Amino acid sequence: MNLPLSLTINGVRRDIVLDDPRVTLLDLLRERLDLTGTKKGCDRGQCGACTILVDGRRINSCLALAVSHDGAEITTIEGVGSGGELHPVQAAFIAHDGFQCGFCTPGQIMSGIGLIQEGQAGDDPERVRECMSGNLCRCGAYQGITEAVLEAQSDMTASKQRRSA
Amino acid sequence: MTVELSLTRDPAHIRHGSNIGQPMTRTDGVLKVTGKARYAADNHPPGMVYAVIATSCIARGRVTALDVAAARRHPGVIDVMTPAHKPELAEDPDAKGNPFAFRMELLQSDEVRYANQAVAVVIAETLEAATEGAALLSPRYQVEIARVGLDAGEAYAPPVVGIGNPAEVRHGDIDAGMAAAAKLTDSTYQTPAQYHNAMEPHAIVAVWDGDRLFIDTPSQGMGFAQMRIAGLFGIPPANIHINSPFLGGGFGSKGLISGPQVLGIMAAKLIGRPVKLVLRRSQMYGPVGHRPPTRQRIRIGTDESGALTVINHEARVTTSSFDDFYEPAADASHTLYASPAIRTAHEAVRVDTGTPLFMRAPGEATGSIVLESAIDEAAFACGIDPLEFRLKNYAEVEPTTGKPFSSKALRQCYAKAAERFGWAGRPLQPKQMRDENGFLVGWGVGTATFPAIMFQGNARAVIRADGKGVMETGAHDMGQGAWTALAQISADSLGLDFDQLTFRSGSSDLPDAGIAGGSGHTATVGAAIHNAGAAVIAKLAELATSDQRSPLFGAGNAGVVARAGRLHRRDDDARSEGYADILARAGLAEVDATGSGAADAAAQSQYAMHAHGAVFAEVKVDPELGQIRATRLVGAFAAGRIINPLMVQSQLYGGMIWGLSFALHEEAVMDHRSGRILNANLAEYHVPVNADVPPMDVITVDEHDPHVNPLGIKGVGEIGITGSAGAVANAVFHATGIRVRNFPIKIEEIVMGLS
Amino acid sequence: MMNFDYVRPASVADAIAAGSEKGASYLASGTNLLDLMKGGVSRPSRLVDVTRLPGLDRIEHLADGSLRIGALVRNADLAHDAEFARNYPAVAEALLSGASAQLRNAATVGGNLMQRTRCAYFYDAGSACNRRWPGAGCDALKGENRLHAVLGWSEGCIATHPSDFCVPLVALDAIVEIEGKGGRRELPLEALHRLPGETPERETALERGDLIVALRLPSEAQGFARHARYIKVRERTSYAFAVVSAAAALRIVDGKIREARLALGGVAAKPWRAREAEQVLAGAAPDAAAYREAARAALAGAKPSGDNAFKIELAQRILVRALTLAAAGTPDRIPALPGSPFSSVAGA
Repeated sequence: MNLPLSLTINGVRRDIVLDDPRVTLLDLLRERLDLTGTKKGCDRGQCGACTILVDGRRINSCLALAVSHDGAEITTIEGVGSGGELHPVQAAFIAHDGFQCGFCTPGQIMSGIGLIQEGQAGDDPERVRECMSGNLCRCGAYQGITEAVLEAQSDMTASKQRRSA
Repeated sequence: MTVELSLTRDPAHIRHGSNIGQPMTRTDGVLKVTGKARYAADNHPPGMVYAVIATSCIARGRVTALDVAAARRHPGVIDVMTPAHKPELAEDPDAKGNPFAFRMELLQSDEVRYANQAVAVVIAETLEAATEGAALLSPRYQVEIARVGLDAGEAYAPPVVGIGNPAEVRHGDIDAGMAAAAKLTDSTYQTPAQYHNAMEPHAIVAVWDGDRLFIDTPSQGMGFAQMRIAGLFGIPPANIHINSPFLGGGFGSKGLISGPQVLGIMAAKLIGRPVKLVLRRSQMYGPVGHRPPTRQRIRIGTDESGALTVINHEARVTTSSFDDFYEPAADASHTLYASPAIRTAHEAVRVDTGTPLFMRAPGEATGSIVLESAIDEAAFACGIDPLEFRLKNYAEVEPTTGKPFSSKALRQCYAKAAERFGWAGRPLQPKQMRDENGFLVGWGVGTATFPAIMFQGNARAVIRADGKGVMETGAHDMGQGAWTALAQISADSLGLDFDQLTFRSGSSDLPDAGIAGGSGHTATVGAAIHNAGAAVIAKLAELATSDQRSPLFGAGNAGVVARAGRLHRRDDDARSEGYADILARAGLAEVDATGSGAADAAAQSQYAMHAHGAVFAEVKVDPELGQIRATRLVGAFAAGRIINPLMVQSQLYGGMIWGLSFALHEEAVMDHRSGRILNANLAEYHVPVNADVPPMDVITVDEHDPHVNPLGIKGVGEIGITGSAGAVANAVFHATGIRVRNFPIKIEEIVMGLS
Repeated sequence: MMNFDYVRPASVADAIAAGSEKGASYLASGTNLLDLMKGGVSRPSRLVDVTRLPGLDRIEHLADGSLRIGALVRNADLAHDAEFARNYPAVAEALLSGASAQLRNAATVGGNLMQRTRCAYFYDAGSACNRRWPGAGCDALKGENRLHAVLGWSEGCIATHPSDFCVPLVALDAIVEIEGKGGRRELPLEALHRLPGETPERETALERGDLIVALRLPSEAQGFARHARYIKVRERTSYAFAVVSAAAALRIVDGKIREARLALGGVAAKPWRAREAEQVLAGAAPDAAAYREAARAALAGAKPSGDNAFKIELAQRILVRALTLAAAGTPDRIPALPGSPFSSVAGA
């Protein structure tokens, strides 16, 4: 069965012909498109390491069939930041040491970006912790992760205000 | 291939003068936040295919049939590796060459010795085809009754526990200690089986080129892995090139090469193509080690004043039916509290699981939560504040050996953490505190300790013609920050600013750095780097001081110091020469030297060497619903010299979260009949999520330790778990008055206890 | 997972035709189905992708005051719809207490209703399970069952229904709209999920080919908005299934409970409506004694199915808590830790 699909990945349109309907977005990215920044930690929606943005929303790419997402706009960790500059969330993760082994980090960062876009947490650390709880970190870098998301959000809000002023 | 990290230009990385002690952000930080850090499973050499393991769903018996034909018929499947169809091995995977050679299942027979054991490997063009191929094998079994749990069979005294520790240790007169006790607490605790669950599943990409083997795989010990693979495949270790620049967490489970990783190598050999094999999450509950369950009886005697008269700590642990690893749980009682009589003893039961292995603080973690809970019980029995009780029984020398400590700033840890936490005024009786919402509040304390261990490691230092330096060592970064901390030591050892250094690591082609375990990697490799750096600087100094044209001529080797790429006369700082000039005049492209690091046996025989700490925890407990939440954790740790405070803080946070998890969350649930693990996933094997982790505070207490190693490093990777688990458990008691002795503490214990 | 045919029909009628064939499964976002397929628990030979079916992703206010939620509305979108959260706060709180933000962004309303049990023996292909294999037996019955059912179970199955969302919905008399071979029909949500009895494999009242197209909340459901909560006890602060949960919704008039709606989660193979308890509360003063009596009535028929007697006690306490919090008034904003006893506005 040949399944044509077209995805916009990190701003680039990709026309893909899948030979297998079983391929998940995660495996498509990692095994067929050499976008290995997105990680597979559990493959069952239980760890968040595979978090990407699909049409602007953070989801677990391991539980998404590629073929069902024809036409979708996808952002992965490789598409974050621009012109060699780190995204504020990425920079804040470094500054706050929001990771150790780094394996959950792409998912954490995509989740943090998704959370900030959702606008549900505000500057409440408790809401940030709750809303970042879909991303496990076995090293235990949660304190840095929470601080990083809060700081990035506040930086992004401030710079948006500056721009609109 | 050697990974060479290009240093980021973040100003935090450019330090002049001493690099050690600076809170630099991670040199691999940019790679990790951009997704460019390449972990083993991210590799995809040309022609690569996929291997997927089919695992046993019984815990004991034999595989009687595999539907290989069905798997082979599945489109995309290339081959099926089974006991009947596999490459020959040069060595029996069940042979015991050395204490670190654990038996592994490489399809050597149809025997099944635990659930989730590999019974076949399906190799296919795509991951999807290999995965379904493995499912289609539908193994049939001859099932034998599984031996499950701590009462599965006759207990026996193991020959040794941990790495060569005696199974029983006696210090002083135990009977006299019992007799002298005015109060004796006698409690039995249980701790569950736990699985490392690094976020990165074990993975390997294997490529054979004749009798040379190239593998990408996460490893905490590339040298050991090389030796083991070399033995199994009958090739020289030097033919094996392991690339392991980043581990997605290890926690001990990647210390030794595991069976599934070797199966990936076998699959590549079988079909003559590069192969990628990645474990599924559920498959990590079996062949890659675990922390075994324990049952520990601990008796603590105290006299009228609350001074200890005896600690008698007995542990029963499980090990596998086919190999020997014994969690040294009771050994936690050797070093912390001054008791005239201490006995620790272990017994073991064989069960049908994979062999337990080193899991972050093996023995220390399981023993610490029990010892710290029992000390809390003893303090309560004496009517003494648990911090005061610990201070009263403070060990001025190591109790079981009488050796002085090389350094021990535990008193300062207690004081600083207690002050930060606000311990003073804590009511002695439990169930006295409530918050504004009516939740029960409890405060607990635990003492942390972990031995300062060193292994063997090597490094090679180079000063190049341009005056810049290179440090090479096959070290392992599993998240602790080796890329950063070891580079900081390297820069200092070479007298270079950080940006003048190229630090190479993460490959078996570099000098063997030993194993990244026992919290001893920075100490071991740091010492090797320190010595390599000193040796290459000595060579430079020799070149300069013996050359009449050098401003340093005649200064003598001991008469120069290296700083910022130049050698200076010790007695006249104005007279100096740059490295590049020294090499240019000597007509050399580079000068190099090697160094090694290892424990100083003489110092070890004289001193007891341990890191220490004190952890204070606050929990809140819903008085009707029983749900528990940790709300504050404060820890102070004295662990010798701190190379990078930022990374050390992260390690200690992580350890404390593991402690919290030990007390409240994680547990592998095993069906008591089948021996299958029922929560072999991350939805129901609960590791803490972000919302479980309270605001934490870590204090590091300075310790200058001239005895442990030249840099005075003790290690921080594991100590954070110890103390913390007990502190949380003790806080639950203080909140509720319920002493739960079966970990993790479950809701029903609180719900039924508070009725 | 097994290979399958993938079809993406353009209309509901086409979907039902494709979904009526043997071995077919509907695919919405797949957050549960793909998990089951990867575990070998579900092995459909055909996936009928319903995610693009027109008109199923809307939230509509109907003329009779009821609310119609399309089956493809995402859990997060529903929970974050300000008007929805205001009118049905316990439902929004339940939604936000479930799974993770990522899963809620993907999971659909219809899919959530069709969520299957988390019983480990159901998931473990090596265990006997009457749901997976009728007549195979139930390994949970004498197995590790501290979290299994205490209400409505049978010797054939002691699994629980894992949904949070369904608990307040069933309390609020939600109605499921179904399209099938015989046309459109409606079912109270309470009748969608079945108790195991002799046929644990029949988990719902749906027939082959039936497709849930919408969920409806009747107009009366809004009447509870000022006094409605969902409380969930779990083994982690977040991202964990309920040990036991409860939804309580009250109409309080002149200091008396005019009408109470109560349901429990995590106690039975279906979201458990506690009608006996509702009757106890009708006309009562909103006080602790009444709540305790109601809770006792709700669990009167409970019995342990294994090592889980504590759940009977816990279920009563969580009902009392949910009632206490509901009576105290719905918070202005969904708490920082939705459903958690530790949400900042909780009070013991």
